[in-house]
This record gives sequence, structure tokens and C-alpha cells, in this order.
Amino acid sequence: MKSPPADPPTSDESPRVPGFRHWRGIYLLVFAFFVLVVVLLALFSRYFA
Amino acid sequence: MNAFDWIVLLGTMIGIAAYGVWRTRDVHSLNTYLKGNQSTGWWTIGLSVMATQASAITFLSIPGQGFESGIGFVQNYFGLPLALIVVCTVFLPIYRRLGVYTAYEFLGRRFDGKTRLLSAGLFLVQRGLAAGVTIYAPAIIIATVLGWRLDLTIIFTGLLVIVYTVTGGSAAVSLTQKWQMTVIFGGMVTAFVVLLTKMPAGLGFGGAAHVAGAMGKLQAVDFSLNPDRRYTLWTGLLGGFFLSLSYFGTDQSQVQRYIGGAALREGRLGLMFNALLKIPMQFSILLLGALVFVFYQFEKPPVFFNQTEWRHHEQGANAATFHALDEKFNAAFADKQVKIRAWLKARETHDAVAETAARAAMLESQTRAGAIRAKAKAALVADDPRAKTKDSDYVFITFILDHLPHGVIGLLVAVMFAAALGSKASELNALGTTTTIDLWRHFRPLAAADEARNVRAAKWFTAMWGLVAIAFALYASLAENLIEAINILGSIFYGVVLGIFLVAFFLKRVGGTAVFWGAVTAQVLIFILFFYYKDRVAYLWYNLIGCVACVLFSLVLQLLLGRKAEKTHAA
Repeated sequence: MKSPPADPPTSDESPRVPGFRHWRGIYLLVFAFFVLVVVLLALFSRYFA
Repeated sequence: MNAFDWIVLLGTMIGIAAYGVWRTRDVHSLNTYLKGNQSTGWWTIGLSVMATQASAITFLSIPGQGFESGIGFVQNYFGLPLALIVVCTVFLPIYRRLGVYTAYEFLGRRFDGKTRLLSAGLFLVQRGLAAGVTIYAPAIIIATVLGWRLDLTIIFTGLLVIVYTVTGGSAAVSLTQKWQMTVIFGGMVTAFVVLLTKMPAGLGFGGAAHVAGAMGKLQAVDFSLNPDRRYTLWTGLLGGFFLSLSYFGTDQSQVQRYIGGAALREGRLGLMFNALLKIPMQFSILLLGALVFVFYQFEKPPVFFNQTEWRHHEQGANAATFHALDEKFNAAFADKQVKIRAWLKARETHDAVAETAARAAMLESQTRAGAIRAKAKAALVADDPRAKTKDSDYVFITFILDHLPHGVIGLLVAVMFAAALGSKASELNALGTTTTIDLWRHFRPLAAADEARNVRAAKWFTAMWGLVAIAFALYASLAENLIEAINILGSIFYGVVLGIFLVAFFLKRVGGTAVFWGAVTAQVLIFILFFYYKDRVAYLWYNLIGCVACVLFSLVLQLLLGRKAEKTHAA
């Protein structure tokens, strides 16, 4: 039986997302979005308190 | 529910299951059966990961949580995006590079066979027992409210999920989850829009949010360091991070969703899709619950939302007590409505003093109504000590059945079942895969060469776990507080399994024997805490203690074993 296909050792390929050349940029975007969401939630709580 | 609702419900459930069976009827390759279609894109993976985590309880309990305690529960998910970034950078590339079918297979390659068996065994025990609850928990609520037979509801949903999961394996699970999530999103958006149209004229979203906020339901972020507070930014970040890391990184029901696909990129983007959307999604569901709370400030709610339970007691020997409570609650509701309208008027005048006084009166009337609800629950227990007093799970389904139009009712009940089927399918798929790859092939190494036999074995094991889950769900009604028992069981094992994986990824010098005995010792420590110090250590801490203990014991044992080896070598 064939073994399951594995990725080549250098599998850290480009994300192929417009505007991003490295995965690091995607992770930073996700982190920045997370911070923004927390800030917006805090402002939401304060506004409607 | 009328005929139109039934057509929507059964059409959605059976239609999606039949489509999954038909599209994956020709799956014969073990790789496709266990890891899904090789052409699967990030969009499907992302929805599949989301559907696996979102069980029916998410859509029944979380709006109830928003109704009862407000939206602060959203903080529990704050650690999730950070954990998913770690999974994308560390866990996923290694799983892909090694081409493993299960997360525990990776442990076998990194350490040895006994560590692989230990972690796979812990997963099977924990997830195997929890599998029954995934069917039972929504079935008991929906069957109670709609007056269906619980056993038939369990058997029907259980068999439906077994049919398409066994037929198409992982490929069918991902495909059906994509459509199930479409139904879920469509249903929840419809519920949100219809709810807003049901609010009193002129109130609108802004007014409703102000009422909810004034009554303390919209406190989303709590920066407090007070350890007595259940949900804060800090507990969400720390506890949520460890819980999400162990769930997404080491639980096969999640790992199996993202290790397949065309390339590493698809899995990573699928996980990042969840990292972006999970908090807004949970916030929306909680907000829906908070808005249902506002709706019930203007429309009289029942004193106790599990009306089947309430009616049962109301017709019993202590009927007078329950009728009196009903009347008291009606009076408190009428008074509260007057106070809320007075506060809304005071707000419009921009008179700060009048607004503050009106707000205080409104909150006082809210406290009075809350006290009557608490008395109602106490009366239920006084009448029958076995009475179920948690009614927040019944809030959203009561709202759906009492206030939404036909067709939308069928769609929303379909949302609950779609969520139940989606999460159940991932569990069965993972249990079948782990049993086949980590146990059956381990003890029958010669069978590994026969692909068709492997697929057959995986199908049999998936069906077996499905039947076990149905049997467990049918007997679950015998146990009290079952869901909490399952959560405790999960916490007992989760921490140690995460500890094993953290050692595997980050402590390259630690070997199999050290981590195996480190994990066993950490597990014994958790058992001691559970059996002898249950009252002193809350079970959620078992996750962190188990993980840290496993890592520390493994390091110490490696140090001792290393010195022993050095001495032997020198001699």
C-alpha cells in the first residue's frame, strides 16, 4: 500500500494571498485584527453600559 | 411545528446527508477516506474546522448564556486566535511534512510506540465517552420542547450521521459540514433579523442595545484581576490559549479536518479563517441572546423556560405554590415594563438626574423579577429534589417556537440538528481513524499493506463508534449532571496529552521513555487531585496542572535517565 503523500521538507511556501509574500504577514494581520476586535468590544461595552 | 417546518427540517437534514453519500460513494483510497479529498480548498477546511467545534449546544446554550449572564462569555475565546497561530507555525507543518493520518502517529515517530498508544488511548476514552453527549445534549432539549420521543430522536440523528460518515469518511464529513455551516449561518442571520423586527416600535437595534447594556448584559471585556470573576480578559487569554492549543493542536477530531487538502497553504488559511471569524461569530450568538433578553422585557416570558418541567410540577400536589409564583412573576413583569419605558423616556429628555433615578428603579424591578425566578427554581427542587433547574438552554428554542414564523422555525431547528450532525461526524471520523491507524494497524502490522482492508476496517470502526455513541446517549438520561461529568473527564486527560505534544515539539532532548513515564506520573497526580482534593482544586485547573506536570516530570526523568546512561557508558 502507498504511504500517505507527505509535503517536501521545505514546505514553508508563499501564502499566495494578494499583498502577502510571507506567512508572517498573515499572522501579523490576524493578530492585529484580534487586538482590534478586543478594543472594539471594550468600546462597545463602554458605549452601551 | 407545521408541515412547512417539517419539510424544511427534514429536507435540509436528509438532503445534505444524501448529497454527502452520493458525492463520496466512490471513495476507495485510504488517504481520501481518512484525510479527505486532495483538492479540498481552504474555504472548505475552514468551514469544516468551524463546524467541528460548533455543536448544537453552541446554538442552544450560548444564546441562553447571553440571556442569563450577558456577553462576557466571549472572552473565553480570546486565546483561540493566538493558539491557532501556534498550530499553523509549529503543529501543522510537522503533521504535513510527516504525512501522518493522526496526531498520535506523529508521537509514535517522535518518541516510541508506547507513547503513541498512551495518547491515542487517552483520546479514545475521552472522546468516545463524550461522543454520546454530542447527540444526547441537544436531543433532550429539542425532544422535551417539541414533545418528541427522546429515544427516536437520538436513534434517527445517530443513524443519519453514521450513514454518510461511514460511506464517504473524511471527504463526506468536510463536504456536508460546508453545507451544514451554510444552513447555520443562514438560520442565525434570519433569527437576528426577525428578532429585530419583533422589538417594540421605535426601539431599533440601538435602543435595544441600550436596554441590554443598562441591565448589565453587554459587558464584553472585563479587565479585572479579581480571581473570583469567572470570565475576564486574562482568564480568556491564558485559559483560552491552553484549551484551544490542546483542542486544535492535539485532538484528532480537529487535526483530521486540516491535515488534508491540496497543500499546507489550504490548512493554514482554513485555520486563519477561524482565527479571524471565531470571536465575531461567538459575539454575534451571545448578542442574539442579549437581544432575546430585551425582547422578553416587552413580551411576557414564562417564569421558567423549561415549560414542560414547569407544567409537570404545576399539575402536581403543590399546584397552588406554582400558580402563586406565576402570578407574582406576572405582576413583577408588568411593573418592570413600566419602569423600562420610564427609563427610555428619561433618556430622551437628557436629564441626567431623572435618567439615573429611572435607571435605578428599572434595575430594582429587574432584581425583583430575578428573585421570583430564583424562588421558582427553589420551589421546583423543594417539590422534587431531582428537578432540573437550569433553564437557560431552553430560552432560545422557546423564543424560536413561540415567536418566529413557520418555515423559519423549521430552519432554526435544522440549524440545531445541522450543528449536531457536523460535530458528531468529525468525532466519529476521528474515533474510527485513530482506532484503525493507532490501534488496529499497530497490533496487525501486516494488514497495513492492504489498502482496501484498511478502508474496510476504518468503516467498521467508524460504525462501531457511532453505535456506541447512540447506546451511550440512550442510557445517558440515567445519569444526573452528565454534561458536567463529561467536561470533568475531558479536563482530566486534556492537560497531560497537551504536555506530551509540547515536549514533542519544543524539548528535542527528551526521549520516549521519559515522556511516557512523565505523562503517566502527571496523570496519576491529576487522579489524586480529582479523588482527594476535588473541593480545593476546580476541575478546569486540571488542564494547566496536567500539562505543566507532564512537561516537568518528563524533563526531570530525562535528566535522571541521561545520567544513568552516562554512568553505564562510562562503566
